[in-house]
Amino acid sequence: MSEVAQRAPLPNPPPLAGEGRVGAHDGTDAEARPVFAEERRILGLAASSWPGIIAPVVIGILMLAVWEAIVRLKGIPHYILPGPILIAQTLWNDWATLSESLLITLRITFAALIAAVVVGVALAIVFTQSKWLEKSLFPYAVILQVTPVVSIAPLIIIWVGDINLSLLICAWIVAFFPILSNTILGLNSADHNLINLFQLYRASRWQTLRYLRLPAALPYFLGGLKISGGLALIGAVVAEFVAGTGGSASGLAYRILESGYRLQIPRMFAALIMISLTGIAIFFLTSWIAHLALRHWHESAVRREN
Amino acid sequence: MAAAATVKSSRPLVSIRNVSKQFANGTLAIRGVDLDLRDGEFVSLLGPSGCGKSTLLRIIAGLGAPSAGTIEWPTAPHSASGEPQPDLGFVFQDPTLMPWANTLRNTMLPLTLAGVANGAAEARAAEMLALVGLKGFEKSYPRELSGGMKMRVSIARALVTHPKILLMDEPFAALDEITRHRLNDDLLALWWQNRFTGVFVTHSVFESVYLSQRIVVMAARPGRVMADLQNDAPYPRDALFRTSAEYAHLCRVASETLKQAISA
Repeated sequence: MSEVAQRAPLPNPPPLAGEGRVGAHDGTDAEARPVFAEERRILGLAASSWPGIIAPVVIGILMLAVWEAIVRLKGIPHYILPGPILIAQTLWNDWATLSESLLITLRITFAALIAAVVVGVALAIVFTQSKWLEKSLFPYAVILQVTPVVSIAPLIIIWVGDINLSLLICAWIVAFFPILSNTILGLNSADHNLINLFQLYRASRWQTLRYLRLPAALPYFLGGLKISGGLALIGAVVAEFVAGTGGSASGLAYRILESGYRLQIPRMFAALIMISLTGIAIFFLTSWIAHLALRHWHESAVRREN
Repeated sequence: MAAAATVKSSRPLVSIRNVSKQFANGTLAIRGVDLDLRDGEFVSLLGPSGCGKSTLLRIIAGLGAPSAGTIEWPTAPHSASGEPQPDLGFVFQDPTLMPWANTLRNTMLPLTLAGVANGAAEARAAEMLALVGLKGFEKSYPRELSGGMKMRVSIARALVTHPKILLMDEPFAALDEITRHRLNDDLLALWWQNRFTGVFVTHSVFESVYLSQRIVVMAARPGRVMADLQNDAPYPRDALFRTSAEYAHLCRVASETLKQAISA
């Protein structure tokens, strides 16, 4: 009795024959739902993802051992090629200087990335609201993108004066284009029928942007963010190289230049490794953000059992 | 028993007058369509693919203006500029759900766009989901649902505003037959309970006979109305109706009309 009342909460229960009632699940239908994998986890990671982590780590350790062996057996001097143990020692001993430089590079990288996100997304929204603006401004965004940053960095450094701001602008120029172009693509790829649906309900521009275009653009934006994260670091390092001697408060690229002049090759390797590790960390960070944002609905983040 | 079948008001809900649609590439999709849709009736637009039945449905919905002719809504409110603002729901051929939103959010979209407060919109959407048989699936995402369940969400979304007219563009064409029969029954029950006007585009003779009171048969190239068949079989219709002589007779009549429409 109560079940029937629950199924037909209308004030006047309709005179339905036994079968025409809405609310009973069709068995076929419910059984046709997709099934998602529920996997065993080890240390928070799915059991099947461990071989993919262990294999490259084993290869890496083997390569390092071979490298150390060659350096020792051949007696290669450390100012030509230092062994990994010496590099690790240098990393440990020079940590104070190197970590200070790392912080400087990180600060520029993340400031540039945040500026790239803000300006890229804002411009993408403006462009998709006005075709006319997009047509007149987009070519200049392309020019900014295709001009090698090394070639305009000296000009920017001369014009801006403040070295940190110049580096920030250089890194931003490199980082912002993937976000701009991906977000434009995403904003324009909302499902056509959904756009029609919004028209049917007389949605305002703002509502269409908020409830349809922005969510539809999210996977594309996050794809752009992954690229831009790495590019912001590259842009920052390249700009630091161009800026050259910037005094004691300088980034990792300056440490590499300085070690080169002084033939402190182990230190150069140590700085290089820190840049690579930073790039990898940024990649994982942006991938993790993308996973968190898309795991419920986007094909790229959904694990499916076939 | 046949109360809904006799509901006929003097003024039509929608008045389609001499409507033609020519696309930019020169294709004449429909020509000179005259049709009145009465309040509360269930009408099928039946025709071969390419006969412009979907185009006609979209024009009724206001998605794209006709090249010639008028669509009048005598009883609907009009905007200050004279545009009719009919109270309608639309079900597309695909479920057309937002993949990033769960079932409840998808269903309440029309209310959100109309500025209904979240709490009230959620309650009404949950109620409508229960009516289409999806109680307990409010938090599921579209990817977690079967094709039939996604279509149910699409119908719930179209009905959540309690529209006066529900326009459906071959909504069950992609579903298997068992699920389609099930959804046909549930659609009829919803129509019976809510008394909206139903306009159902289909290329299936059986579906149109089973569901509707009127079957408008259309011919292709250019799309035009060939016949307007009356189906007085009483509601509620069920599996027994599918095996009745009346059903077989109506299917034969509709099939022959459709055959003539195709060869015309």
